[in-house]
Amino acid sequence: MMLVVEGVDACYKDLQALWGVSLQIGEGELVALVGPNGAGKTSTLKVISGLLKPIAGNVLLDGRSLVKEPAHRIVELGISQVPEGGRVFTGLTVLENLELGAFGAKARKAKDESLRWVYGIFPRLEERKKQRAGTLSGGERQMLAIGRALMSKPRLLLLDEPSFGLAPLLVEQIFQMITEINRQGVTVLLVEQNVRAALELTNRAYVIENGRIVGEGSGEALLSFESVRSAYLGCAPSPGLAG
Amino acid sequence: MTPLAQSLAFGILVGGLYGLAAVGLSLVFGVTKFLNVAHGELLMLGGYAGFWFFTLWGVDPFLSLPIVVACLVLMGLVLYKLLFSRMVKLSEENKIKNTLLVGFGLSLIFQNLALRLWTADDRGITTSYSGQAFTVLGVRFPMVRVASLGIALVCLLALHLFLHRTYTGKAIRATVQDWEAATLMGIDIHKVYLLSFVLGAALAGVAGALVSVGYSIQPTMGLEWTLIALVVMVLGGLGSIPGTLVGGLILGVTQSLTSYWIGGTYREIVALLLFLVVLVVRPQGLFGSKEG
Repeated sequence: MMLVVEGVDACYKDLQALWGVSLQIGEGELVALVGPNGAGKTSTLKVISGLLKPIAGNVLLDGRSLVKEPAHRIVELGISQVPEGGRVFTGLTVLENLELGAFGAKARKAKDESLRWVYGIFPRLEERKKQRAGTLSGGERQMLAIGRALMSKPRLLLLDEPSFGLAPLLVEQIFQMITEINRQGVTVLLVEQNVRAALELTNRAYVIENGRIVGEGSGEALLSFESVRSAYLGCAPSPGLAG
Repeated sequence: MTPLAQSLAFGILVGGLYGLAAVGLSLVFGVTKFLNVAHGELLMLGGYAGFWFFTLWGVDPFLSLPIVVACLVLMGLVLYKLLFSRMVKLSEENKIKNTLLVGFGLSLIFQNLALRLWTADDRGITTSYSGQAFTVLGVRFPMVRVASLGIALVCLLALHLFLHRTYTGKAIRATVQDWEAATLMGIDIHKVYLLSFVLGAALAGVAGALVSVGYSIQPTMGLEWTLIALVVMVLGGLGSIPGTLVGGLILGVTQSLTSYWIGGTYREIVALLLFLVVLVVRPQGLFGSKEG
């Protein structure tokens, strides 16, 4: 297993957000973490990327513990997170945003090559490279956020609600791009509220509720899992992407 | 006409220094959200450093600028490591509160230290060329003040290029906008904080040394300069160096025209009025954008 999260407890000040969360991701997998609002999805990602330090448990990348590493080092070790809402640097240009994605010494050396790779996946970003990121549309910002995260040449990409606030057509496009990125060898952990779309996309998924992992299985299996059906999909699933 | 033009010219000459004084404060505040009210005291120390190099060892004030910068870099490092680094993890609101307290404490310490070391007398650096000036259309331009303005402009331009052309500079701008997202890029924001704080101190040092050449310095000048820097920072808008420069020029000209028309004692009042008006009418500053 490439990434192992073992029995992680984490809290914000005096509010505990995660209770014994464990999950595993193998090299090359595309895994989803689904659950309702406030279930602990973002907190789980933050624990992996080092923005939130656990009070108990461990996070291992190739058997090496990450919990003592500062967040900026974890990027260099190969984990890159796209935060919720993308959070691109709106006052900087598209190109500057991408350059910052390759901030670490190793990534910086490979910057030009990574830039070609990212432009290949998101041609729109090349067209807009001189524009300030604040002038981009919502979909373009999300692409920039993902592209920026790819600039560090991550082995594991953490995506936090990449479909949030986007029109259905764009959501489909973004998901296709995520599949493509995964096919090119990047392991992906996808956090989504759009449960149906996420489960259709991924090989495997975890369900999180109230800070605890309550289910795990293949996307298809979870789609037919009774509690998931009733909780997230409604008893009579409607067609399309709506979760 | 000439006295008016003369006031305008003096306003512009001092305005460049206002811009330089403000850009350090603005950089530190933008990056770290530390409101360092001892910024004016750092400027004062820079002034006395230049004064000492000149009177004790006869070093020309323009040549001693790099040494003054080195001294202030050291001072910035010590202050950051000793005091300000402890406040990095506080929430934004608590950062401002705590740095205000520490800053006021520091300014008291530095003021009294300066009183001990240099007495309360007005000091200035008078070189062999201090009296030289050139006249354009009846308006006098003292050489040292023109040179000081030139150096201020060079510093501002250099800072602008550094922030826009270098990787480190871009990392600083990214941290200003969103430190958490910057961390996710692999940027060590503690380093960015330290660098910005030290840069801010160095810029204050240069401004202070230039003030001691063209004008005069006193142990109590710090508060006035912190105020000037605050007003200019708000005028220009956070994060815009051209804006800060223009803000400095506007304040300089406003003050000298106030002296000319109303009287010198009203300079500070007009500056603060300007500050209030901008805060009410255009809180993001004349040139700042809401997106940062």
